[in-house]
Amino acid sequence: MLKGRHLIDPMDFSLEELDMIFELAGDIISHPGKYSDSMKGKLLATLFYEPSTRTRFSFEAAMLRLGGQVIGFSEPGSSSVSKGESVADTIKTVGCYADIAVMRHPKEGAPKVASLYSDIPVINAGDGGHQHPTQTLTDLLTIKKVKGRLSDLTIGFCGDLKFGRTVHSLIKALSRYENIKIVFISPDELKVPEYIRSEILIKNRIDFAEAERIEDVIGDLDILYMTRVQKERFFNEDDYIRLKDRFILDKEKMELAKDSMIVLHPLPRVNEIAYEIDNDPRAMYFMQAKYGMYVRMALMLKLLGVR
Amino acid sequence: MLRINSIDNGVIIDHIHVGLGLKIFQYLGLDKADYSVALIMNAASAKLEKKDLIKIENKVDIDYTVLGLIDPNITVDIIENGVIKEKVKLSLPEKVENVIRCKNPRCITSIENYIPHIFHLVDKAKGEYRCTYCDEIYRVSEIRE
Repeated sequence: MLKGRHLIDPMDFSLEELDMIFELAGDIISHPGKYSDSMKGKLLATLFYEPSTRTRFSFEAAMLRLGGQVIGFSEPGSSSVSKGESVADTIKTVGCYADIAVMRHPKEGAPKVASLYSDIPVINAGDGGHQHPTQTLTDLLTIKKVKGRLSDLTIGFCGDLKFGRTVHSLIKALSRYENIKIVFISPDELKVPEYIRSEILIKNRIDFAEAERIEDVIGDLDILYMTRVQKERFFNEDDYIRLKDRFILDKEKMELAKDSMIVLHPLPRVNEIAYEIDNDPRAMYFMQAKYGMYVRMALMLKLLGVR
Repeated sequence: MLRINSIDNGVIIDHIHVGLGLKIFQYLGLDKADYSVALIMNAASAKLEKKDLIKIENKVDIDYTVLGLIDPNITVDIIENGVIKEKVKLSLPEKVENVIRCKNPRCITSIENYIPHIFHLVDKAKGEYRCTYCDEIYRVSEIRE
C-alpha cells in the first residue's frame, strides 16, 4: 500500500510498488482525460527552500492536470521560514491546509525531518546533493516506456559522476534489476565515488567498466545517460573550465551508436549535448521531462490513495 | 578513602575510562533516577590505575547498549543476593540517539537544533554508523576520539 506513505529516498519503494506507479503512469499517458478530475478538491503544497524551475513546474503541472490545486513558496525569503520557522513547524502547519507536500531544501535530510513530523505525505524534491527520488522515478519510467524493460541493459553514464546525485540514485535503483551492465565515462576528477563501487556495484555483482572516450564504448550501449558538469560544485573556476567541455555528444559520435540506443539527460544541459542531436529520434531527454510529469501524477495519486 | 557500600542487588558498571563516568551517567538517564545510584570518579584500579564506576541499587532493567559504542572495555555485572549473577556482553548498538552528533555541515541537523541525532549501525565488522538524515558515515574509531 502506498497510501499515506512518504517518498524520501529512491529505495523507499519495493519493485512491486514501483511497478504499480509505472503502470498507473502508463494508463495516464494513454488516457489522460480519465484522470483530469481525479484530484478535484485536493491541494498540493510546494515548499521550495531553494529555487528550482523544472521540478516545481513538473509537480505543479502534474497536480493541475489531475484537477487539483497548488499552494506554496518558491524561495524561503517570501515565507515564514525567513522569520526562523523550523521545518517541523512549517510542515505541521502546512498539513492543516494541504493534502500532500513536496519539499526541496538545500540541507540534506530536511524532507526526511519533515516526514517525521508530518500528518500528510511528503515527497522529497531534492535535498542538497543528497537525493532526488522523483528524478529516479522519471528515469526508470522513461527507460521502461522506451526500452520496454528495466533489466538486460547496458547503460553508459557520462560526465560528472562524482557530484551527480541523479546518477548515484539511478545506479542504486538499477542495481535491483537483472543483468544490468554499467560503463562509466568521466574525467579522473569526476569519477563515481568509491562507495558506489563497493557498496552498490561490487556488493550486487553488477558488471561495470570505465572508459575515457564516448566513441570507444557508445556502440555497446542501450542507454547513454549524459550529465552536466555542475559549475556550483567547483571551488576553482579553472578546474570547471578545463573539465566542462571534456565530453560532448555530437552527430559524429551518435553515428557509432546502435539505432536502438537512447540518450537521456536530467536537464538542464549546458554544452554536453550538441543541439544538432535534438532531432535524432534517439534523443529522449525532452520526452524524459514529460514522463517526469506523468510519473509525479501517478505518484501523487498513489500516495493519496485516489487510485 | 571514600567508601561506598557494596550492593546486594543491582548493577555495577565498572572499568569506565576516567572522565567518562558522568557522561555515561547522563546517557543512561541515571541523573533522573528515583532509585539509589552512585557515581564514583577517579577510583583506584589495578587494571587502569584510575577508573570511574557506577553502582545502581535494586534496578537491572536498564538499556546498556550505548556502552558498547562508548567503550567496549567497560564491564557490566548484574548482582543478585550479593554475587555476580551475569556479566553483560557489550556490543555495538543497532541504533543510537543523541550520543553521536552529525558533523556534516550540509546535514539538516546542523541548522535545526530540536532534531534528535539518530544513527544506525550499517556495518558491524567495520563499526560504521550512518546518519539517518544525510547518510554520512562515521567509524566507531572516529566517534570515540
